[in-house]
Amino acid sequence: MATAEAAIKVRGVFHQFGEEDDRRFVRALADTSLDVERGELLCLIGPSGCGKSTLLNIIGGLMEPSSGTTEVLGKPVRGPLPRDIAFVFQENSLFPWNTVIENIELGLTFQGVAKSEREARAAAALEAVGLKEFAQHYPAQLSGGMRQRAALARALSLETPILLMDEPFGALDEQTRMILGEDLSELLARSRKTIVFVTHSLGEAVFLADRVAVFSARPGSIKQIIVVDEAHPRKPEFVTSAKFTSLRNQLYGLLHDEIRKAVQQSAAADAVKAGTGPA
Amino acid sequence: MAGKTAERRNRGALVSRLVQAGFLVGLIAIWYLAATRWGVNRLLLPNPIAVYDNLLDILRSGEFIDDLKTTLGELAVAFAISVTGGVTLGYLISRSPYWIEVFEPLLAAIYSIPIILFLPLFVLFFGLGPASKIALGASISFFPIVINTIAGFGHVDRLFVTTARSMGASDYHLFRYVLLPAALPVILTGLRMGFTTALLSIIGSETLASLAGLGHRIVHLAEAMEMARMFAYIVFVIAIAVTLNAIVSTFEARGKRN
Repeated sequence: MATAEAAIKVRGVFHQFGEEDDRRFVRALADTSLDVERGELLCLIGPSGCGKSTLLNIIGGLMEPSSGTTEVLGKPVRGPLPRDIAFVFQENSLFPWNTVIENIELGLTFQGVAKSEREARAAAALEAVGLKEFAQHYPAQLSGGMRQRAALARALSLETPILLMDEPFGALDEQTRMILGEDLSELLARSRKTIVFVTHSLGEAVFLADRVAVFSARPGSIKQIIVVDEAHPRKPEFVTSAKFTSLRNQLYGLLHDEIRKAVQQSAAADAVKAGTGPA
Repeated sequence: MAGKTAERRNRGALVSRLVQAGFLVGLIAIWYLAATRWGVNRLLLPNPIAVYDNLLDILRSGEFIDDLKTTLGELAVAFAISVTGGVTLGYLISRSPYWIEVFEPLLAAIYSIPIILFLPLFVLFFGLGPASKIALGASISFFPIVINTIAGFGHVDRLFVTTARSMGASDYHLFRYVLLPAALPVILTGLRMGFTTALLSIIGSETLASLAGLGHRIVHLAEAMEMARMFAYIVFVIAIAVTLNAIVSTFEARGKRN
């Protein structure tokens, strides 16, 4: 068989918010190109406001880039692709008026899955993330970590080949994050999905990713890609290995200058009251 | 442990109820003393026992039925009009951030005007019969309903919409499973407020200019100096209002449960 084509192809994407002479004008992405291979987990890491989430939304068809093209599984992206792509957002994306199981089934309802199959798939997804006992709970009755597990279960139940995760553990405390990271690595090793994962955390990026794409400060573009050559599922011991530390330090070195630049940018932006930029 | 806190909470609620009941009993006792011992003119304040006798007579004779029908009929039509108009218009306005920006402050400003001032105008347009009460009740209760509907539909968390769209929700799915449940608690509050204001304004306007209805009956008795019977009707109207509000609040609570 010929070499498998990349699952996601981003070519020369630019994106800006607002108009050129608008006070709120922000150049979020500049000439970004990227290939994500089938079955790999790619982390996007970079300073705040560098456009990593924007890129994720563009790949997922939730936003249209100002220019450039995106292809997913060989198809140009022109809107959401619910059969190919599932999202996990940072937090509180579960519908608070539905129970956990209802939340998961709803995504399947949107896709026209029959009721009996909905129930089976939702139950299986909940079991996979270890939330079987909490099916009938409302999101408000769960901890932040459990809510993110439920959101992950919802995304898994859609059985898409691609998963886009936008700082899914960003609002959680360090310990919960570590455990969820380990569980995710385990899950993903089994599912062989293609995943793009946005994070702020250097450790999380090294622990989870097959490759880490480091963004420059705004307008964001990919500065360098680092390969993490370590099989999934990754064990907690990996975190204490010399390899982990050296990769983490390498990332830190790449990011440090960009973060300084971003901080100066936002200070300057505050000074002219430029309003709110993209997250 | 949870059981014990629940028990304590129940006991707290029971004590509150007892204090409330005691307050009402005390009020009636003062009323009784004022009417019998302290020499307050019987034309101003009838003996509560006479009021009670009159109330029994009203209930037994069924003479209240026509007036009750008139008032409740007006209320039902007025509320139906304001719910239909308020929810529909509120939903349409909420579809565009621009319209929300234009209409939300405008409607809020009109809501703060005492619309009861226009009662003479309503009477000129619609006559002394039920139509003017319906028009007034519908106009007054329209505002809390439309304002809350805009607030409910207009301020749904963007993330919920994005999430639903990313999972392939159609427009119908989005409305049925996201916008409606997100907006419902706020809309239900608007409906309850609208219902209460419709009831108040209809009975109020009946006392000012009308041919029939409970408010009309009360003013009629006052003019005839039949104070005990008038008070009996007031008690009757209070009981009706409390019952209706309890029913509406139950619906509201049930709709909000999820």
